[in-house]
Amino acid sequence: MSVKHRYLPNTDADRRKMLEALGLRSVQELFADVPERVRFKGTMDLPPALSELELVRHVGELAARNATVDGYVCFLGAGAYDHFIPSVVRHITGRAEFYTAYTPYQPEVSQAVLQSIYEYQTLICELTGMEVANASMYDGATAAAEAAIISSYALPGRRKVVFSSALHPEYRETLRTYARGPKLHLLEVPAEGGVTPVDRLREAVDDSTACVIAQQPNFFGCIEDMAALGEAAHAVGAHFVACVDPISLGVLKPPGEYGADLTVGEGQGLGVPLGFGGPYLGFFAATGKLTRRMPGRIAGVTVDAEGKRGFVLTLQTREQHIRREKATSNICSNEALCALAATVYLCTMGKQGIREVAEQCLKKAAYAAQQLEAAGFPRTFAAPFFKEFAVRSAVPVERVNAALLEDRIIGGAPLGRWYPELADSLLIAVTEKRTRQEIDRLVARMGELR
Amino acid sequence: MTRQETAPPRPGRGTEPLIFELSSPGRIAYSLPALDVPDRPVDSLLPPSALRTRPPELPEVSEVDVVRHFTRLSQIQHGVDIGFYPLGSCTMKYNPKVNEDAAALPGFAGVHPYFPEEVVQGALELLYHMEKYLCEIGGVSRVSLQPAAGAHGELTGLLMFRAYHEDRGEHRTKVLIPDSAHGTNPASAVVCGYETVEVPSDSRGGVDLDALRRLMAPDVAGLMLTNPNTLGLFDENMHAIAEIVHEAGGLLYYDGANANAIMGVARPGDTGFDVVHFNLHKTFSTPHGGGGPGSGPVGATRELEPYLPVPLVDFDGRRYRLVYDRPKSIGRVKSFYGNFLVVVKAYAYIRSMGPDGLRQVSEDAVLAANYLMRKLAEHFHLPYDRHCKHEFVVSGVWQKERHGVRTLDMAKRLLDYGFHAPTVYFPLIVPECFMVEPTETESRETLDAFARVMAHIAEEARQQPDLVKAAPHTTPVKRLDEALAARKPNVRWQPET
Repeated sequence: MSVKHRYLPNTDADRRKMLEALGLRSVQELFADVPERVRFKGTMDLPPALSELELVRHVGELAARNATVDGYVCFLGAGAYDHFIPSVVRHITGRAEFYTAYTPYQPEVSQAVLQSIYEYQTLICELTGMEVANASMYDGATAAAEAAIISSYALPGRRKVVFSSALHPEYRETLRTYARGPKLHLLEVPAEGGVTPVDRLREAVDDSTACVIAQQPNFFGCIEDMAALGEAAHAVGAHFVACVDPISLGVLKPPGEYGADLTVGEGQGLGVPLGFGGPYLGFFAATGKLTRRMPGRIAGVTVDAEGKRGFVLTLQTREQHIRREKATSNICSNEALCALAATVYLCTMGKQGIREVAEQCLKKAAYAAQQLEAAGFPRTFAAPFFKEFAVRSAVPVERVNAALLEDRIIGGAPLGRWYPELADSLLIAVTEKRTRQEIDRLVARMGELR
Repeated sequence: MTRQETAPPRPGRGTEPLIFELSSPGRIAYSLPALDVPDRPVDSLLPPSALRTRPPELPEVSEVDVVRHFTRLSQIQHGVDIGFYPLGSCTMKYNPKVNEDAAALPGFAGVHPYFPEEVVQGALELLYHMEKYLCEIGGVSRVSLQPAAGAHGELTGLLMFRAYHEDRGEHRTKVLIPDSAHGTNPASAVVCGYETVEVPSDSRGGVDLDALRRLMAPDVAGLMLTNPNTLGLFDENMHAIAEIVHEAGGLLYYDGANANAIMGVARPGDTGFDVVHFNLHKTFSTPHGGGGPGSGPVGATRELEPYLPVPLVDFDGRRYRLVYDRPKSIGRVKSFYGNFLVVVKAYAYIRSMGPDGLRQVSEDAVLAANYLMRKLAEHFHLPYDRHCKHEFVVSGVWQKERHGVRTLDMAKRLLDYGFHAPTVYFPLIVPECFMVEPTETESRETLDAFARVMAHIAEEARQQPDLVKAAPHTTPVKRLDEALAARKPNVRWQPET
């Protein structure tokens, strides 16, 4: 018995006509080459089809059982941030011309996707001070992992990758997974005082080091001495990979100015919703000399048969579909629509807005840290910070967060989850969205617990 | 005259300036609330050496500029919502609107991944059930929803192969890959540290069993297979393939790019595959977004299940929770739990289709492909003359030999008639290849119209080859010079100095 469904345009009459044209009586004849012994018999054990109305109600009920950043005041960051997303972003990314397109394999009918990728690449280059950027990676963690792999390929014989424990724990875990194939040797330097100790790092690198990866601001929100870390990497001929928060680049020095060879990072803060962890986008940028080592898609300018400017995917001999077993990355689908969101976000914020949003994060975080300190929650680390900082709590952090949750506040990330020695610390993020009133409420509620 | 002084292009015609070329100093498109905490100088909060001295040259445009720029651009872009998009192995089916609404619900879109588990039970429940559904569809025991794309799933699966063999004290260094495979297969094998060995296809388009027997040695970790393969053909020897690979201690990887053909018909886990990935952005209707985000969940049989990435979602009868304590896991393949909002859309799709609907999807997809294949075979060479599954290949060799018109030319000519071209020059084993995947969401009328245009182009190739060779003629830009772009790379805009 065939199924009638709103997504299936062909009726039984259509199916019959199509079978007739093929000289067949039943569609089953088309599956005759599926051997009997591997054929699935019976009906899959899945819930029955829902009408659209039932589906809307069902997913609405599931969604209603989750806390959201609208219903709660969110001081959680740790790699995903509650930044404001201008309405324009969703309206543009919600245009079906963009979201129902495939990878631009036929450029003559894909100029929107290609031109927006080119604009995205330019925006990322401007923000990071790098010379070339690709069309995006899966996320910050995989972008960092691929930067390590590329460094090892670009510097033959070098397989050591050095970073500190102040690199995002999930990025380090992802690196460990990705390192297995190319047999990278990972060396983790313990952070000291919330930052990467430059001397220790200098001792850890040698002529087998492919790259040093440093995060700015690091996982604890602290500002690293990137110039010194980069010098340590370059002193042994290794690459320096900067992993940066793009919003911070409204005020912080672009990695291109402190000698980064590769710059990667999580682009979620650029107009991409939190979405319970994804999809986000990894950005990936490099110096010009590494252009032909870049993973993923790159859009470039060309001309058409009449000399008119147009855009195409270019330098494709780097990519898996051409190089196959000689490829250094297997990435194919990336996060194009999230990159479009980042493009629209950066165009909307513009030259002034990116600075203002960064300054607001910085100043609001500074205010929150100061108030918390006065309320008896001193900062765990003395190092300067951007929009996120760790505080020590004399009260168990679980109790703090439970009390805050009752007041519809999501407190900071308990650092003990990743750093047992920091079990008394909470990592608190303050974006431009947090108001003074919300910060004061957080401080008051936490202060009451002491 | 600068570009800004030229007349703006009309919708759907010509090209659009770059957003940077629309920039005008001082213009803004954003607004933020006034700072409501004490204002302190930036250099009192951060070390001056860490500060930016020159602002990034982001565009200075108004909100109207932004909206018009991207809207005008969108008018020169093909998408599934505009017309037929028969890219082979890409499964460009209709992307249901209600799924977009579901993913945009604040209860999904506005959830931080580190929110305490007790306040994200709805999200975890969805992930838990999605895993169960994919287990049932794939015939596997557990599924990780973490991989972000098909190639990411391949990487995950092959690292699981590696972990499995190492666990048994075996050091296997090679992966077998058919010559018809997607380019990501060999690339994934190599980034997982394997050497690749190509397995030839036989004259029926399947895996050459004799070659497989010969190549399947103790140093081979396994075989990666797409079934139906990129020729659109189901490998009739599936059972024998699995036996050969397993008997030599190898494992079988299922590239799920072509799973749209087999839902409810043949489950990879039942047909001998050990690790399976699905492309939610193909089989399960989530949009491709111009190149992502996708989602590439990976399933495994009971034996391979311990190696899946962390975390998985478990249910203790009362609460859903994220489980990290899986000592044999290969670890994490990205941050957080996968492309969750893509999973939401695919979940909504499975719930709208139900088990019978999904089977109907595969039947209709296969019927549409066979119907179209027979129509195209009247004008183009059909290299494998047997029933196909959800996609098929035809070749432009006749047109090339007789009229000097290449498949690329005919693909470009299709654009003039409002159709996106099929995948071309792939798989590599078929010269002048068109790889066509119509999907189940195209009506018989659309298939007929496409077949008529293809027949017409074949006729044009005979009568007016130069017309076809110079195509496209009606697109916003004419044929683009890809060689020039690669020779003189310009991959970012620079202000004119």
